[in-house]
Amino acid sequence: MGATILMPALSPTMTEGKLSRWLKKEGDEVKSGDVLAEIETDKATMEVEAVDEGKITKLLVPEGTEGVQVNAAIAELDGGDGSAAPASGNAAPAAEQGSKPAAPQQPESNATQHGGATGQVAKGAEDHAQVAAKGAEEREGVSARPAAPAAEPEKDWGETKPTTVREALRDAMSIEMRADKDVFLMGEEVAQYQGAYKISQGMLDEFGPKRVLDMPITEHGFTGMAVGAALTGLKPIVEFMTFNFAMQAIDHIINSAAKTLYMSGGQLGCPIVFRGANGAAARVAAQHSQDYTSWYAHVPGLKVIAPWSSADAKGLMRAAIRDPNPIIFLENEILYGQTFDCPVAEDFILPIGKAKVERPGTDVTIVSYSIMVGLAMQAAAELEKAGISAEVINLRTIRPLDIDTVLDSVRKTNRLVTVEEGWAFANIGAEVAMQVIEEAFDYLDAPPARVAGLDVPMPYAANLEKLALPTVAQVVGAARKVTYK
Amino acid sequence: MANGTESAVKRRGGNGTQAAPAAGHNQGILARAYREMLLIRRFEEKAGQLYGMGLIGGFCHLYIGQEAVVVGMQMTLQDGDQVITSYRDHGHMLATGMEARGVMAELTGRIGGYSKGKGGSMHMFSREKGFYGGHGIVGAQVSLGIGLAFANWYRENGQVSLAYFGEGASNQGQVYESFNLAALLKLPCVFVIENNRYGMGTSVERASASRNLSQNGAPWGIPGEQVDGMDVLAVKEAGERAVAHCREGKGPYLLEMLTYRYRGHSMSDPAKYRTRDEVQKMREQSDCIEQVRKLLLEGGRAEADLKAVDDEVKAIVADAAEFAQSSPEPDESELWTDILVETR
Repeated sequence: MGATILMPALSPTMTEGKLSRWLKKEGDEVKSGDVLAEIETDKATMEVEAVDEGKITKLLVPEGTEGVQVNAAIAELDGGDGSAAPASGNAAPAAEQGSKPAAPQQPESNATQHGGATGQVAKGAEDHAQVAAKGAEEREGVSARPAAPAAEPEKDWGETKPTTVREALRDAMSIEMRADKDVFLMGEEVAQYQGAYKISQGMLDEFGPKRVLDMPITEHGFTGMAVGAALTGLKPIVEFMTFNFAMQAIDHIINSAAKTLYMSGGQLGCPIVFRGANGAAARVAAQHSQDYTSWYAHVPGLKVIAPWSSADAKGLMRAAIRDPNPIIFLENEILYGQTFDCPVAEDFILPIGKAKVERPGTDVTIVSYSIMVGLAMQAAAELEKAGISAEVINLRTIRPLDIDTVLDSVRKTNRLVTVEEGWAFANIGAEVAMQVIEEAFDYLDAPPARVAGLDVPMPYAANLEKLALPTVAQVVGAARKVTYK
Repeated sequence: MANGTESAVKRRGGNGTQAAPAAGHNQGILARAYREMLLIRRFEEKAGQLYGMGLIGGFCHLYIGQEAVVVGMQMTLQDGDQVITSYRDHGHMLATGMEARGVMAELTGRIGGYSKGKGGSMHMFSREKGFYGGHGIVGAQVSLGIGLAFANWYRENGQVSLAYFGEGASNQGQVYESFNLAALLKLPCVFVIENNRYGMGTSVERASASRNLSQNGAPWGIPGEQVDGMDVLAVKEAGERAVAHCREGKGPYLLEMLTYRYRGHSMSDPAKYRTRDEVQKMREQSDCIEQVRKLLLEGGRAEADLKAVDDEVKAIVADAAEFAQSSPEPDESELWTDILVETR
């Protein structure tokens, strides 16, 4: 039984090549691994090795021939013992690049041998059917558009008590750790030091050193370790002292945590929470003052949360820990010490992907997240004095973005201002404004306006730092501009 | 099983010098190793062939030459132990018991592949077989690998994780962060450096100031050994020591496997950084499959028996190649699945 040797593709981009030199002649015996010929590809000169064994009966393409198409027959081989495996030539007629194989058939033999793989696939197919509908829906709309129903009123959770954001975060983590032994907290200074920002105060005492783990200052390594543990089903909470240091670990956050579910065809999820202080603190200069929201919000496979109040922090942290996906939970150092009324109900939890109208209004929509919601609220109070009624939306979750709540508001106010600490270029405001333009352009009575951090690394000097960050006056000014008042 | 029952075999560092007295005792192991190594070899040759035909795209890193490493190490593991590696991963998948069909169909980007065609050569996984990838960023699998070991430590389940990486990855910073973490927490992780001498086109001498990579964990007190990675029994013997050390709760262990890849770094590597003679010499004098074949014949195994194994393996690979070409491409709706685990 003979076999045909085909012109091989030797790089991802090669479609043809030059057969520079034959190293075997007709009549030569070849075995697997022998060099048959030299071929010049679009990238380099490469040696072609034999796969099948046998005697060369005919060289079909003389050496020196240019432009030999990939998959063209270049030599013929006398069978040898290649009868068990189909030689490359057997598939040749159907094997042109990009051509699909004939009628797909599920080979039925070797059932025991191969049962595992088919089982795998069948299992996958169930999820597949379930989610396919959602996929189709998403394709029609905007990329990250959630299928959530239109805004429902915020649930009334009853009794509240004044709570700092710091306490709210600790309470949320502790409640979830009591409920689920697979949840643990790790990071620098989270245990014996009681937390660099005291978020984990008392947790080592309650949960012990196995579930509240101090890490050496090696973000890259310990983040990879946490992701590896999560791939087995554990649910790590990784505290970054600040998100500036997560830059050391961003490869694992994006490439390992966010993409593995997709790369594994749905087999391996990564239930993990990455949390810590994000954005500017006070007088800590450029390397310690940056808002990473739009960096992470860019990535499919991640959910990104940025709470403002204590209720946001507690309700969303609980949801984040329970969520089976990788979550980026962006806190703010200045907010840690601020006090808000927070529901005391044992089952208090907030849904991921749901924005909150913090203050209703009719004249302008101000969209913000994290610490800048406070600024927006102050601006709204100022605007009220000037007779302008501002509606303030706290996004709470950045990805998936609750654009419906924003659209409902803009359709009412016809004006949009976004407020955030991050640089304006490609920031969250840019995304919100673009989606509003795509979905509600006709409702806009003025171009949307963005208030953002200035396009400079954060300066240290007190006066310059103040200039670099958004102010209440800027928000008021932007609202006046879009309302022409 | 993991306690070195085969340790009577004195084979450390032996290239070709056989320990005849133990040969009879090892026949079963050798036969298994022969079949598994041959399966990987033939599978990879077929993958190379399908690549040449344009049926496999992108990057495709073949394991030909290094088969003894995964086959020997896998023999030291128990059900529930985990394996993780880089992108030169087809051999590891087959060694852990993943099906040739599913692996080959992933290479051709078909729905019958382990990742439904969405991962490709570098990204396949099987929780059932304890195989955690399949990772494309050099060195990342080492930190992830100690995470698998961390999970064992956390759950106190007595399982061990193997983290494979090349000598090229051994220079990555996160590898040393991982050594430190694993030693600090006494994680049950065997670090397996597959030193095939070339990180893409750069020889280990030009990339690593360290001349003995097995000692790279020494500052953290991680015991290390250099092993003849072309000798499957030597690999198994050292692997048993390493795995036992981990299973006894003594912390991580480091094995440097001295091995060699016959093919280029990837399919598009013209391999001008080494001579043809160098490759040929390795193939002729140190080939892991030939060594075992010789031992089996010396041990009284008939040629015909080995031929039957060859035929069986060829049939599995031919069937896998057929499946990989007949399995359909993923449905377009697959584009949108598996991005997030659906909630509620």
